[in-house]
Amino acid sequence: MNFEYAPAPESRSVVDLKPSYGLFVDGKFVDPTDGGSFKSVNPASEEVLAEVAEAGSQDVDRAVHAARKAYEKVWGPMPGRDRAKYLFRIARIIQERSRELAVLESLDNGKPIKESRDVDLPLVAAHFFYYAGWADKLPHAGFGPDPQPLGVAAQVIPWNFPLLMLAWKIAPALAAGNTVVLKPAETTPLTALLFAEICQQADLPAGVVNIVTGAGDTGRALVEHPGVDKVAFTGSTEVGRAIARSVAGTRKKLTLELGGKAANIVFDDAPVDQAVEGIVNGIFFNQGHVCCAGSRLLVQESVAEQVLESLKRRMARLRVGDPLDKNTDIGAINSAAQLARIRELSDAGSAEGAERWSPPCELPERGFWFAPTIFTGVTQAHRIAREEIFGPVLSVLTFRTPAEAVEKANNTPYGLSAGIWTDKGSRILWLADRLRAGVVWANTFNKFDPTSPFGGYKESGYGREGGRHGLEGYLNV
Amino acid sequence: MSERVAVRKTYKLFIGGKFPRSESGRSYLVQSANVSLASRKDARDAVVAARAAVKGWAGATAYNRGQILYRVAEMLEGRREQFVGLGVPADEVDAAVDRWVWYAGWSDKLPQVYGGANPVAGPYFNLSAPEPTGVVAVVAPEQPALLGLVSVIAPAIVTGNTVVVAASPAQPLAAVTLAEVLATSDLPGGVVNVLTGRLAETVPTLAAHMDVNAIDLTGVADAELAADLEVRAAENLKRVLRPAPAGHDWSADPGITRMTALLETKTVWHPKGV
Repeated sequence: MNFEYAPAPESRSVVDLKPSYGLFVDGKFVDPTDGGSFKSVNPASEEVLAEVAEAGSQDVDRAVHAARKAYEKVWGPMPGRDRAKYLFRIARIIQERSRELAVLESLDNGKPIKESRDVDLPLVAAHFFYYAGWADKLPHAGFGPDPQPLGVAAQVIPWNFPLLMLAWKIAPALAAGNTVVLKPAETTPLTALLFAEICQQADLPAGVVNIVTGAGDTGRALVEHPGVDKVAFTGSTEVGRAIARSVAGTRKKLTLELGGKAANIVFDDAPVDQAVEGIVNGIFFNQGHVCCAGSRLLVQESVAEQVLESLKRRMARLRVGDPLDKNTDIGAINSAAQLARIRELSDAGSAEGAERWSPPCELPERGFWFAPTIFTGVTQAHRIAREEIFGPVLSVLTFRTPAEAVEKANNTPYGLSAGIWTDKGSRILWLADRLRAGVVWANTFNKFDPTSPFGGYKESGYGREGGRHGLEGYLNV
Repeated sequence: MSERVAVRKTYKLFIGGKFPRSESGRSYLVQSANVSLASRKDARDAVVAARAAVKGWAGATAYNRGQILYRVAEMLEGRREQFVGLGVPADEVDAAVDRWVWYAGWSDKLPQVYGGANPVAGPYFNLSAPEPTGVVAVVAPEQPALLGLVSVIAPAIVTGNTVVVAASPAQPLAAVTLAEVLATSDLPGGVVNVLTGRLAETVPTLAAHMDVNAIDLTGVADAELAADLEVRAAENLKRVLRPAPAGHDWSADPGITRMTALLETKTVWHPKGV
């Protein structure tokens, strides 16, 4: 019997891509001063999707000035209830155009359409809707009777959840009364540019949101610009460190959401099938391009064999391929550079003595692909147990006692997230108290919500995004 | 009858609940006393002591921490005259006592004010609660010598952090005397560690130390040194409190931001179901 799925591709026709895009500054799309540009490609096919302007330091300066003017003249003085209405408008337009945004996100990023459609986009809209409601309630947010915005926020976001990270940054900033200059990642700029069109459609006053596209140099120019009052960055710990150094001695308020190496801890009393679903979701969601991915599986020794057998059986059923196919579980790796990094670390895993396994899996010829992979026999000293791989690669370690699980889970400079799988409530709470991580998922994993604060301990960064806490980074408190 | 010869006090460091001299064997003359001149090694020893104290202090109940901070206020009240004798104005001592009392009450209230349940859109229990960040290095304000010091130590430790404090180099006697108060207040050894000496010698070590989670630069008056310390702190992404603006009013209501700046928020999810 053949259980293969027939292709079920989502239509691309809902997306109207232009051949080239300018920078979004002061409410208009403009050409960059020095005319530089780069191409954004579909990582599943290597096809060029569009040519995108590369912002130089003069362009960044222009955007910061536009944001400053909008802050002083329009957005700052505007009553919170009116700011709220603009944000509600944006949330509604995102809902109305959600399919278009989801397809474009999958085209530019490589993530499966079922994730962009069912996870990213609903969360993006929800995030704007949530923070819209805060705009006229700031005196009740617990930061004193009259909290004030900071001014111009410089925001630099990664490529793994392009539009969702934009929402996490822009929604609270605008609700608190700041204006923003945002730089999307160079491999995934397109949904941010479509969002710029949505700002126009919402009649958002010019200069409140500015989008400057480009790579690291553009980001550096933005973060180091003396005219910004706030820097928010999501990305690698290495770049986060450099940003922390660059804002030293300035007035800029800084929040950082950086890397992770989360432990996903499975006890012997956990329902195996549920735990396996959680392990798969933890590491293979979004191709493992997730800072809070459960990339270290800590499984209790007595059930390790059983869990691994189940996990392998489940992994053999994962469908890797066309991101626009509605049945696809794992899409394309976002870029050639990221694929090279995943390969390099995986090779190091084998070289250091861990045992590598992937299910038989046919990968498309064009594009950037990596089969779901697990390593067993991993020790805490192995690079694949210490460094963030940011790909569909799981390192499996074992433990005997709860205390050992805590030791191993916390044995990392990171502290973003952790997972616990057990039927015993008191053990969950005991463990949750001891895990040094900002988000602890018990008997679930990779759940997000605009009301729920997200952010790291230790070298995973500081500040929280989401919830009441998420306002703090954008207020003078 | 001859006049009684006074017994003078030796002012030493306060590390791990003990009063050692600087391992360097050095002292400096200040406020008419030979005060220990802490070395970089003393700073590292203090971090080790502070780290060792984290588990017990962060793990203590909020009620227990609150009572101990209140006990500090009681002990300080009893030593009022001693601080006045060091030149601390009487109303400053009173304000310092009151500040301990104020912060003591926060230990079991801040988690309710600063955390809580999040109404997520799904069948999940979701709770955010603040936790101490860990070991905090603190540069105490140059003055007021006692109230400034209490105003930076109390908010850091009430939530379960442990601290290494660099005392005001020009007025260290109040800091060492406060350490004697702390040592008799049931505060576990290592929760507060006090270094005296030159900021430029010990603080860069603390700022760069990989086992320090946060640094409070409140007392760093030199903007260049503050920027340099912030750069060092970036190495392991310490939480940084920038220097207080000149002329900061230490007698004003401190608010809760000194506490919240040294907290991590942990959010726990669990599905609901039968």
